Amino acid sequence: MTARAGSQPDPYETGDDGTSNAMFAALLEDSAEELYESAPCGYLSTLMDGTIAKINLTLLDWLGMEREAVVGRMRFTDLLTMGGKLYHETHFAPLLRMRNEISGIALEIRQADGDRRPVLVSSAVKLSGNGEPLLIRTTLFDARDRRAYEEELLRERKAAEEARREAEADRARLQDALAALQQSLLPTTLPPVPGLETAAYYRAASPDQLGGDFYDLFPVDGKSFAFFLGDVCGKGPQAAAVTSLTRYTLRAAALHDPDPVSALSTLNTVLHERYTGGDPRYCTAVFGILEPDPATGETAVRLASGGHPPALVLRADGRVDFLPTPGGVLVGILPSAPFATASTTLAPATLSCSTPTASPRPAPDRTAPPCTATRRCVPSPPPTPAGPRTPSSRP
Amino acid sequence: MDIARRNNVTETGNPDGPTVVLAHGFGCDQNMWRLTVPALVAEYRVVLFDYVGSGRSDLSAFSEDRYASLEGYAQDAVEVAETLDLRDAVFVGHSVSAMIGVLAAGMAPERFGALVMVAPSPRYIDDEGYRGGFSAQDIDELLESLESNYLGWSAAMAPVIMGNGDRPELGEELTSSFCATAPDMARVFARTTFLSDSRDALAGVAVPTLVLECTQDVIAPREVGAFVHKAIPGSTLVTLDATGHCPHLSAPEATNAAITEFLAGLR
Repeated sequence: MTARAGSQPDPYETGDDGTSNAMFAALLEDSAEELYESAPCGYLSTLMDGTIAKINLTLLDWLGMEREAVVGRMRFTDLLTMGGKLYHETHFAPLLRMRNEISGIALEIRQADGDRRPVLVSSAVKLSGNGEPLLIRTTLFDARDRRAYEEELLRERKAAEEARREAEADRARLQDALAALQQSLLPTTLPPVPGLETAAYYRAASPDQLGGDFYDLFPVDGKSFAFFLGDVCGKGPQAAAVTSLTRYTLRAAALHDPDPVSALSTLNTVLHERYTGGDPRYCTAVFGILEPDPATGETAVRLASGGHPPALVLRADGRVDFLPTPGGVLVGILPSAPFATASTTLAPATLSCSTPTASPRPAPDRTAPPCTATRRCVPSPPPTPAGPRTPSSRP
Repeated sequence: MDIARRNNVTETGNPDGPTVVLAHGFGCDQNMWRLTVPALVAEYRVVLFDYVGSGRSDLSAFSEDRYASLEGYAQDAVEVAETLDLRDAVFVGHSVSAMIGVLAAGMAPERFGALVMVAPSPRYIDDEGYRGGFSAQDIDELLESLESNYLGWSAAMAPVIMGNGDRPELGEELTSSFCATAPDMARVFARTTFLSDSRDALAGVAVPTLVLECTQDVIAPREVGAFVHKAIPGSTLVTLDATGHCPHLSAPEATNAAITEFLAGLR
C-alpha cells in the first residue's frame, strides 16, 4: 500500500462518477415486498388457531406448494412431521402462549416431494393495542447443514458415552483380575501359631496397580513356623511376577531347609539367574523361623535379612529394640550374597516387621503399628503384649 | 418423604370449598393451568402439582423404573392426595393426565370423587379397529424433537428449576423454567405417555366424568374423544370450539365454563 497525500475518500460517499450512484439506486429498488417474498428464510403469518394467512415464496419453494393450496387451507402444524406436531402441541404452543414469543426451535417441515427439511423456527405473537393476541408471525431458517452438524455431535457424544461405559467395564474387569492376582500373592489367613498372636496388615497403594510387597507365615514342620516379608523393586505386572516367583521360591526353600540364610540364598540364586541381562530384578526380604516352646511359653526367633529395614521388638516393659541385621545385601543383585542374621526370644514381646512403603498411607483400622525404621511410631505405653509371658531376653 | 416438596404442590383458592386437583400433561408443568385457576379460586380449593421429572419437582426423586408406566405417575397423584388428606376431590387432568386420573381414582377411590378429562387419549398409536392418530415411528420422531430441543434446560439450571418452596417465584424465572425438563426424564415421560394403552381402564370408571375435546386436535382427534366418552359409563362429552391440544390455554373461557358447569352439577 502506498502512502497518499491528502484526504482518504469516504467509502460511503457516492463518488463523483455516476456509476456507483446507479448501482445503489438499483439495490434500493429491492422493495419490502420483494425482500419479504425472496428473503433467505421462510415467513409465515397465522391466525391464533394456526391457520396460515400469509406465506412467502421462499417457504413455498421449500414446501414445493402453491400459495392457493396453503393460505386459508392449512395450519402451521400441517407443515410439520408427526413428531414435530406432537412437539408443537406439547411444548411449542404452550410456551408461545406463555411468553408470546419463542425462538430457535428445531423442527422439520414436510416437502411435497416427501423429503423433510430441518428448520429452526421462531415465532412471535402480534398483540392488539389492548394486549389481545391477533396473529402469530413465524420465521423458519433452513437448518439442514446445522442439523447434520448437530447430529454428528450427538452421534459422537453417544459414541463417547459408549466408549466410556466400555472403558469403565474394562477397568472393573482389570481391577477384579488384579485383585485376584494380588490375593494369590498373599496368604488369605495366617495359621495359628501356639503361644503367639499374629496379625498382618496389607493395603494396596492403588486398585489399578499390583504392589511389590509380600509376606507369608506357614508351618515348616511339626514344631516351627517360617515367616517372610519383603519388597520387590518396582510396581506393576513385572514386580508382581517377581513377587510370585519370590513367594513360591521362599516357601519351597523353607520346606527343603528352614535355615533363614539358606532360604534367602536360594532365593538370591533364583532371582539372579532369572533376571540376568538388561532387566535386573531384586528385592529386600526378611526371612525368619519361629520356634514356640510349649514348656516355657517363649518363642525363639531366628531371622536373616537381605537389605531390609530391621525388625522391631516391643518388650513387655515398653522398651523397643531394633533387631539389627547389618551387612545383608539386596536379594538377587549379586551372584552370591551375604545375609545378616539375628535372633531373639519373645517372652512376652511383639515382633514387628514392615516394608518401607507401608507407612506413608496410614489407615485408621490397622491392627499393628506400621513400624519401619523408627522407634517413634511404636505406641507408648505398649499394648498388652502378645505371646509368652516371661521376661525378655536378648541375644 | 416430603411429598409436597417432591411434587411442588401448590394450594390456592377457597379453603372451605370442594377440592379441585389440576394435573398437567406431558410437556410442561402446573403453569399450564394459569388461565384456569382464576375461574375456580372463589368457590373451590385448588391443588396444583408437578409430576416428578416435570416443572419444579424434585428431580432427585425420579426413577426410570417407577415412571416407565402411567401407574407410577398415578402413584404421584395418589400420594399428593394422601398428603393433603383429600376426600372426593375432582381430578382435572390434561392429556395423558386424564388417563393418569382414571388410574389414580381406581387406586384410591375414596380420594377422587369425579374426573374432568381434558383432551384425553387412552392410546395414541393406531391399533386394529382403533385410530389413535399415531404410528410408532411418529413417537420416535417426537423423541428426536425432544433430543434436538432442550428448551433452555441445562444441568446448571436444574437446581433453579427444581422445586423450592422457600423462595418466592419470580415471573421471569417461572417462564424460563416452564416446559424446561431434564431431557432424560422428558424422554421417559414421552415414551410412557405415547406408548401407553389404558383403554381397558375406562370401563372401570365409577365416578361422574366430564370429557372435554377440541374440534381440531392433532394429539387427541375427535374419534378418540368419542371412544373415551362411549367407554366411560355415564360420562358427559363436551366439544370445545378450540383448536390444538391445550384448550385451557387457547380457549380458556369456553374451557372454564365447561369445567365450572360440571363442578356446579356435582354440588
